Amino acid sequence: MPGKLKAKIVAGRHLPVMDRASDLTDAFVEVKFGNTTFKTDVYPKSLNPQWNSEWFKFEVDDKDLQDEPLQITVLDHDIYSANDAIGKVYIDIDPLLCSEAATVISGWLPIYDTIHGIRGEINVLVKVDLFNDLNRFRQSSCGVKFFCTTSIPRCYRAVMVHGFVEELVVNEDPEYQWIDRIRTPRASNEARQRLIFLMSGELQRKIGLKVLEMGGNAVVGYLQCFDLEGETGLVVRAIGTACTLEKISTLTSASTTHPSNSSPSKDMKEPIFGEEAPGNPLFSGPPTPLRVQTFSSFSPSKSYSRQSSSSDTELSLTPKTGMGSGGSAGKDAGPLKALMRQQTQSALEQREYPFFTLTSFPPGFLLHVGGVVNARSVKLLDRIHNPDEPETRDAWWEEIRQEIKCHAKALGCHAVVGYSESTSICEEVCILSASGTAVILGSRFMQDGPLDTDHRLSRQPLVFSTGAERVEGDMGSSISLGFEEVAPPGCGFCHIPYDELNIPFPAQLTNCYCCRRYKVPDVLFTTIDLPTEANITGKGCLIQARLCRTKKKAQGEGNATAISNLLPFLEYELHTQLMNKLKLRGMNALFGLRIQISVGETMLLGLASATGVYLTALPSPGGIQIAGKTPSDITYEQHISNMQKKINDTIAKNKEIYEVNPPEFVEEVIGSPIPEPRQRSRLFRSQSESSDDVSELDLSYGKKDAFVLEIDDTDAVEDIHALLTDFPTPPGFYSCNTEIMPGIQNWTSAIQMFTSVRVFRLNNANLTNQGLNKIFSELCENLLKSFYFKLRSMVPCCLCHLNFTVAIPEDELIQVAVTAVAMSFDKEQTLENGRQSGDKTLIKAITENDEQLQFSLELNAELSSPNPLSSTKGLSDVSGSHLSARDRCSSWIEQLRLKAHIIRRGSVKTTSSLEKASPLPEGRSRSLRRNRSYSGSSVAVVKMTPLSLLPGAKIIKYLGIINMFFIRETTSLREEGGVSGFLHTFIAEVFAMVRAHVAALGGNAVVSYSMKECVFMENPNKNQAQCLINVSGDAVIFVRESELEATSVQPQSATTQTSNGGEGT
Amino acid sequence: MSVELDVFVGNTTIMDKEVFQLWLNGYTVSDAVKVRIEGGIMEECEANAEVLLSDTMDQYRTFQMCERLLHHPAKLSNQLLFQIPPDRQAMLIERYYAFDDAFVREVLGKKLSKGTKKDLDDVSAKTGIMLKSCRRQFDNFKRVFKVVEELKGPLVENIQQHFLLPDQLGRDYAAIVFFASNRFETGKKKLQYLTFQDFAFCAGQLINHWTVGAVDNMMDDMDVDLDKEFLQDLKDLKILITDKDLLDQHKSLVCTALRGKTNVFNEMEANFKNLSRSLVNIAAKLINAKDVRDFFIDLVEKFIEPCRSDRWTSIDVNLYLTHYTNSAHILDTFKHHGVWTRYMGVIKSCILRIYH
Repeated sequence: MPGKLKAKIVAGRHLPVMDRASDLTDAFVEVKFGNTTFKTDVYPKSLNPQWNSEWFKFEVDDKDLQDEPLQITVLDHDIYSANDAIGKVYIDIDPLLCSEAATVISGWLPIYDTIHGIRGEINVLVKVDLFNDLNRFRQSSCGVKFFCTTSIPRCYRAVMVHGFVEELVVNEDPEYQWIDRIRTPRASNEARQRLIFLMSGELQRKIGLKVLEMGGNAVVGYLQCFDLEGETGLVVRAIGTACTLEKISTLTSASTTHPSNSSPSKDMKEPIFGEEAPGNPLFSGPPTPLRVQTFSSFSPSKSYSRQSSSSDTELSLTPKTGMGSGGSAGKDAGPLKALMRQQTQSALEQREYPFFTLTSFPPGFLLHVGGVVNARSVKLLDRIHNPDEPETRDAWWEEIRQEIKCHAKALGCHAVVGYSESTSICEEVCILSASGTAVILGSRFMQDGPLDTDHRLSRQPLVFSTGAERVEGDMGSSISLGFEEVAPPGCGFCHIPYDELNIPFPAQLTNCYCCRRYKVPDVLFTTIDLPTEANITGKGCLIQARLCRTKKKAQGEGNATAISNLLPFLEYELHTQLMNKLKLRGMNALFGLRIQISVGETMLLGLASATGVYLTALPSPGGIQIAGKTPSDITYEQHISNMQKKINDTIAKNKEIYEVNPPEFVEEVIGSPIPEPRQRSRLFRSQSESSDDVSELDLSYGKKDAFVLEIDDTDAVEDIHALLTDFPTPPGFYSCNTEIMPGIQNWTSAIQMFTSVRVFRLNNANLTNQGLNKIFSELCENLLKSFYFKLRSMVPCCLCHLNFTVAIPEDELIQVAVTAVAMSFDKEQTLENGRQSGDKTLIKAITENDEQLQFSLELNAELSSPNPLSSTKGLSDVSGSHLSARDRCSSWIEQLRLKAHIIRRGSVKTTSSLEKASPLPEGRSRSLRRNRSYSGSSVAVVKMTPLSLLPGAKIIKYLGIINMFFIRETTSLREEGGVSGFLHTFIAEVFAMVRAHVAALGGNAVVSYSMKECVFMENPNKNQAQCLINVSGDAVIFVRESELEATSVQPQSATTQTSNGGEGT
Repeated sequence: MSVELDVFVGNTTIMDKEVFQLWLNGYTVSDAVKVRIEGGIMEECEANAEVLLSDTMDQYRTFQMCERLLHHPAKLSNQLLFQIPPDRQAMLIERYYAFDDAFVREVLGKKLSKGTKKDLDDVSAKTGIMLKSCRRQFDNFKRVFKVVEELKGPLVENIQQHFLLPDQLGRDYAAIVFFASNRFETGKKKLQYLTFQDFAFCAGQLINHWTVGAVDNMMDDMDVDLDKEFLQDLKDLKILITDKDLLDQHKSLVCTALRGKTNVFNEMEANFKNLSRSLVNIAAKLINAKDVRDFFIDLVEKFIEPCRSDRWTSIDVNLYLTHYTNSAHILDTFKHHGVWTRYMGVIKSCILRIYH
């Protein structure tokens, strides 16, 4: 139960001058943990004091160890007046609580003051002696590892993926407490910083407890967010995926076995799996497990799908839907209930939400991808009366999650991956959003998965042979897909999960272009990273849809209603824009889709970002056809044909840029007339109506697909405009918002992470939607242009993980914050390495084949019998939920349904595509070229990246999660260089503090770094500004791959090592 | 419609050398943008003016934030705010402390005081170097001066250590500090033909041979001040011109050695006594601080100008000074060989450097 925290204050440096008379400082330090405070002696008259204090020991509860930060305050001793604070350092000691993470915190940490910024540095030593607590009823969850990384961390192997964990804690915001009127801004800021620190600690502890309950030992894809609700309080919420991870030691293999693991050769090569699998292109895709025939029992029945699609009514929130689905699934699984009972209670509970915050997976985890599911809800904030029981907030999220679950089911999927949640708050209105990708997960990963027990065993041998064959085929470019019942790994995930006779939304299905056996949709949208095994053609690119919509100023419920009425239109148009831009680039799939909707007083902003790729398995997208309504006018016709030409030229150019040369080229020019698109007012048709429409549609419409833009439609004009104003990326640059750019290998170790923030003021009060759109779009384009310019020295390079965050901080202000990493790559060696990796893949695919079997997943949502607990809870939630406007906009399913009015696709010729369908082995290896000129410097270099990997390096240890929250305020804005100067300094300071804390933990990099929050407020008239920033990431130790090579002697890992090394040089 | 706030912060601080130079040269943001546009960067990188402006502003802000650190270059390497690769740090420091020869010629030997700083606008107008840049350069001089003024040990090393400057730049700064602390006159019209590098060379000679540190590194004193004892001893050299015999003997020795070796032998012979008197008088007067200031003007007026009017080549000067120095050692009654060598060594190399 108890733990002993020890801290020692060594020295300070670069302290500010606190005594004007002597130009020196009499500094001393207060070390506080919980309610205990220690002080060092005063070190007189020095800017570089050497305290060299004794060890201050705090004997505390491990619960407190998790919740509380160690607080170090540096003060200037003053005989006559009160001591002046120089600044503070908060140290999160969580990394020390886990035996596998850091053991000591030691180093120079910046002393931070919310008014003055960084004021010198302090050298501290912190250690923890923890006595393990085996009490079953304990409050703490020490030892549970947290990872921001949304894949299985690189030096771990997943023994088990338990599933979704979530928690939220609520408190009053100190900024809005009565006491704030009488205290100084500094005191208020510090109270806030401290509170958020405490709340994050508490949140992590509570999530940790849940994980322990589930039997896990780690949270992967941990996403923590703040909702600064203002008057009504402060919400800190987090979601993640509970896992049981096992550290890969290079010495031992086959140390773990799992009950579900029936692989005959599992002990062959274990270590590779965890470290290499997620998101690692080296893996040229071991085969996905065979397509499980029984999956049809998951596919929704017709009646079911209808039920779900009505989910944009209030009713869908009631547990009815859940019950219904559970019931129907339960019937199928009836005989297998006995098996289920064996599962733990916690497993049952977590099945309530079969969600995963992961975005990349071990091969074979993902069987089929249905599409993006998305839910939003508009809420009116009310005061949280009892912070210990944040029922309303919990209930809100529960509704959303239920809806997501329903949507996933409607797509015939039983799980949601790449799941994330977000909010946008303006005054008292709050939009809650959740999105993810509906998928069917590999049945073999579902522990004791009752459905496939009989099939699995019989089919396993087949998988292995497939794997080998596929790779061979890949290499020789002549794939022979003659096996029965086996989906090739490069395209398997594209195959529709839903019943093709009961398509949940009108999509045009064709036979898969890779295997030609299964149906694939015409386009695929997902929120996850591109699976490593996927076959793609050419390269990918960033695709953004940007939209602004004005709205009237309103209050309370009226406002909420107005917003919820606008949301569907916004989403619909974002979708249309995405679709247009995707086609303009000649691509057919989106990965990493992230839609952000921001609400302001007089407008709504929508920004959808994704990475477009050409999936070889999917049909080639058609061109974009412009149709005029009034053909009488000659000039008008000319105008149209001009535009058409422009569009066609752009498509052709884009195909060249992104090297999209699909095997079968569908001509763009479409001769036959296109039915007039339907009115947009149809958006809210009921389901039955929509299905009627589908049947109405002319599906026999030729062989070619056309995407028609009606020029008379003002929206369409706008769309076309938006399409053509996108600035092409300059030569040598690529961009994507996924981890790694599809189609690029040969990354060098040169990376540059950056954060950029722009705030744009709209001076014209009366702007039309079009005008706003144009401004917003230009703002984003200009930002990108700036990046390309600034990073021109890194060419050829790719901006990866471009993460745009939009906000409306005030009326007439648009704020865009971007964090991304630029990674340069080697152009020349692409081909050569491609070959090399091809060879390697062969070996790998065979060896890694078994690893997937080690992976098991405790997930079985569809099969769970209706949980009485959850349903009653659901009911009470609904009745108890706040009676505010709660309209949700329709989901993507709805959007996709609507799409049918614009997209026409006939049957696609597939006969000749076979030989072309298998692309050259793209050399999916990250060829990790080490920059040999790299050298160290006096301050340890700490790399930062939003990715989960570092090119050319191997992460050997995770030191713990970095989760920091800072407030900076100034009352001398002009003197600090205006708003830009102020924010520039602050962001640089935040980076510096992150780096310093990582270095103190013994790390040399932060991976999966993200800036979750950047709230900027200014009052230039008062010469004031305030900014809040929340950042997070995983502190790691990495070693250069070439260094690793030299030391690697383990025979087990020989294959991995050599293959890495081979490409690395 | 306007961009209200625009920042870009990299984990590794991005600094463009070209923009840094423009900033150092004192260009305003808009002028710098103009220069960059003229440089053709827009065509090269498919950028537009807006992008360029944003980038330039951003860089300028970064430099301003860095400037504080550049004032104490040692801090740059152990600060945490900016992650700058070591080679970049060295570049920043070197460029920040670099100066224009035209500017340094104007302030060389002047007191680095507020008064001088006030006159910088005149210097700026005269040299065409922007006032901002002049101020930076002046402040650099002053800062280096203040730091090393109080330090013990070799001047050049002190400067290099405290300001992490490359070798040559360290020497140049040593010269500037040395000139400023001894207040050598360099601004007279007759000295205008001399470049900074001429003076820097001479300063190097003086520092290496005439200061306290030159003879004894362990001494508590510093390189900045001339060795008082030595200056005192220089007075003894007067015997070379006051003692008639010695003077004649010296002359004949030099003339014998020079005969037939130069085209200007007659002029040398005729001027020997004058020149010798000048050199020895300069030596004897150096004990007075005021005359130290006039050291260079004296050299030019009393030695270089007469030689020049007689059309000596620098080879002639070299020949003359070599024999002039060496012959003194052969003189029986001349005892001050140490002081003589120390004095003439420096004088000779200085004269040779500034004789052009």
